[in-house]
Amino acid sequence: MASLKVPATVPSPSEDAEQLRKAFEGWGTNEALIISILGHRTADQRRAIRQAYRQAYNEDLLKSLDGEISGDFERVVLLWTLDSAERDAWLANEAVRKWRPGNRVLIEIACARSSKELFAVRQAYHSRFKRSLEEDVAVHTTGDFRKLLVPLVSAFRYEGPEINLTLAKSEAKMLREKISDKAYNHEELIRILTTRSKAQLVATFNHYNDAFGNPVNKDLKSDPKDEFLAALRATIRCICCPERYFEKVIRLAINGLGTDENALTRVIATRAEVDLKVVAEVYQKRNSMPLERAIKGDTSGDYEAMLLALLGQGA
Amino acid sequence: MDVPLAAEECEAITRAFSGLGGLGVDEEALVSALGKWRHQPEKRAQLRKSFAGFFTADGGFERFEDDYIHYLKIEFARFKNIMVLWAMHPWERDARWANDVLHKAHPFDIIVEIACTRSSEELLGARIAYHALFHRSLEEDVAYHVRENFSNLLVGLVSAYRYEGDSINEEMAKSEAKTLGTAIKSAGVRNLVENGEVIRILTTRSKPHLRVTFKYYREMYGKSIEEDLGDELCLQETVQCLDSPPKYFSKVMDETLKDGADKNTKDALTRVIVSRADVDMEEIKAAYHEQYGAQLEDVIAMKTLGNYRDALLSLVGQ
Repeated sequence: MASLKVPATVPSPSEDAEQLRKAFEGWGTNEALIISILGHRTADQRRAIRQAYRQAYNEDLLKSLDGEISGDFERVVLLWTLDSAERDAWLANEAVRKWRPGNRVLIEIACARSSKELFAVRQAYHSRFKRSLEEDVAVHTTGDFRKLLVPLVSAFRYEGPEINLTLAKSEAKMLREKISDKAYNHEELIRILTTRSKAQLVATFNHYNDAFGNPVNKDLKSDPKDEFLAALRATIRCICCPERYFEKVIRLAINGLGTDENALTRVIATRAEVDLKVVAEVYQKRNSMPLERAIKGDTSGDYEAMLLALLGQGA
Repeated sequence: MDVPLAAEECEAITRAFSGLGGLGVDEEALVSALGKWRHQPEKRAQLRKSFAGFFTADGGFERFEDDYIHYLKIEFARFKNIMVLWAMHPWERDARWANDVLHKAHPFDIIVEIACTRSSEELLGARIAYHALFHRSLEEDVAYHVRENFSNLLVGLVSAYRYEGDSINEEMAKSEAKTLGTAIKSAGVRNLVENGEVIRILTTRSKPHLRVTFKYYREMYGKSIEEDLGDELCLQETVQCLDSPPKYFSKVMDETLKDGADKNTKDALTRVIVSRADVDMEEIKAAYHEQYGAQLEDVIAMKTLGNYRDALLSLVGQ
């Protein structure tokens, strides 16, 4: 469930655009106004506001924002204002340019979006970067990561509910074999994870658990330092239980010393209109504390206010 | 009247039945034979006796060979097939052809053809149709059913969503031409199809970029990359399809119209004409003329029969 809260009556896009323009005028910026508008509009409404703003002021709203706000606040507002496909394309491009084995963004985009959404990301990537997503991923990653990530971002998984139980059994067995042999980058393992439908994979993992006594992710933990294993585990979690996956990303971003603002921003901005409400519920259960309180404790100022707005506060 | 069958009449009807290696059947000639030979069963008996290979003497009568009944089914159906395919949505056509490769052992180059000669949007369309028709994804079936060493190449090709703009990085094209050259020189062509860099370049780069890359390859190594890829079927086809579909298709046309072509090669005639009629038929005809010195329409007219021939010629255009 989305966490985004939109007021019952919403001003017209041109009125919103006008208000935003006012927020930029003169000295300083009215951040609270920015948050109160953009933080409470749906994707369609934000798109209409951007269009109205461009027509009225001959400039992209995002460009104006870039000149007025900065830091983590700017990043969350910019990412949030973009269309989900553009946002994912932007995040993917950043991940590719700053690639490290621990980076999960590509996996999240490939596995926690629907097939259609992933294709929309690929189209947005063409428009914005004049190259294909898969060509950039292929060139910037190597070895096992390339073997996993290129097929993941290129997949167009079937989205129906049909399950072939015989296949689930045989592929669970295959996974077990390769995992036992520590052949984590084996073609068959990659093939199964990167091409099967999500419904089929869930059935396969369920059967794995039934037949071998452990969830498949448990068996992929043999080396805690192995980044590739972590990537495989993240792939599986994004496919099977995205809410729990994102709860963990937030938890790790917030817990302990310091905060990983980029990770926090990414999850909040990309899930606010998808399932952030459920993620927040999972968070509360797991950490015995409401997510809002944790965010208040770990962030401040306009950045905090925007995150809370996206969590549904103060519409 | 009891006039025996002349040799020419025999040959004409044999030909009409696709008995001299043509494609399709001459429906008009067959129907007129029905009329001409009314009340003359002995004419038919003569035909059966003279129809070399189709009928064998067997216990007092000339029995129709099972193989040839099957053969006739195919030849009669050529017109039906081309009409059905013509009416079908291009996405569904491509999805069905791909599925036939995987489930009816049709040649793999059909998958290369579909993946590399369609536009990015058309290939996406084929994948959408594949979901709808077969309830699985195209890449999942290719990955599962292709167990040969070119499996990764094919999966990569069908999963691509290539950028289609003109912007090209010349330095990158040069460097990738070198990468390809090094790979080709050092590997046995056997293992080339499993080379990660070769697959990356061929399955992810845009077509304009690849054409420039191939151009640099020729400049650097004196030969076209096609030539250097020799007999490695899937790789050579991949490069041909990416570089110039009209040239590739004109080669396919030459194969399909040769005498002694096998069943799958013959089926290529329908497939290519139907799938390219609205796309680049003129360029294919030009390439064919340049490569083989003949007009494609003329060769088709010579080698095909009946309604099937007329359908082909209408699609090919005069």
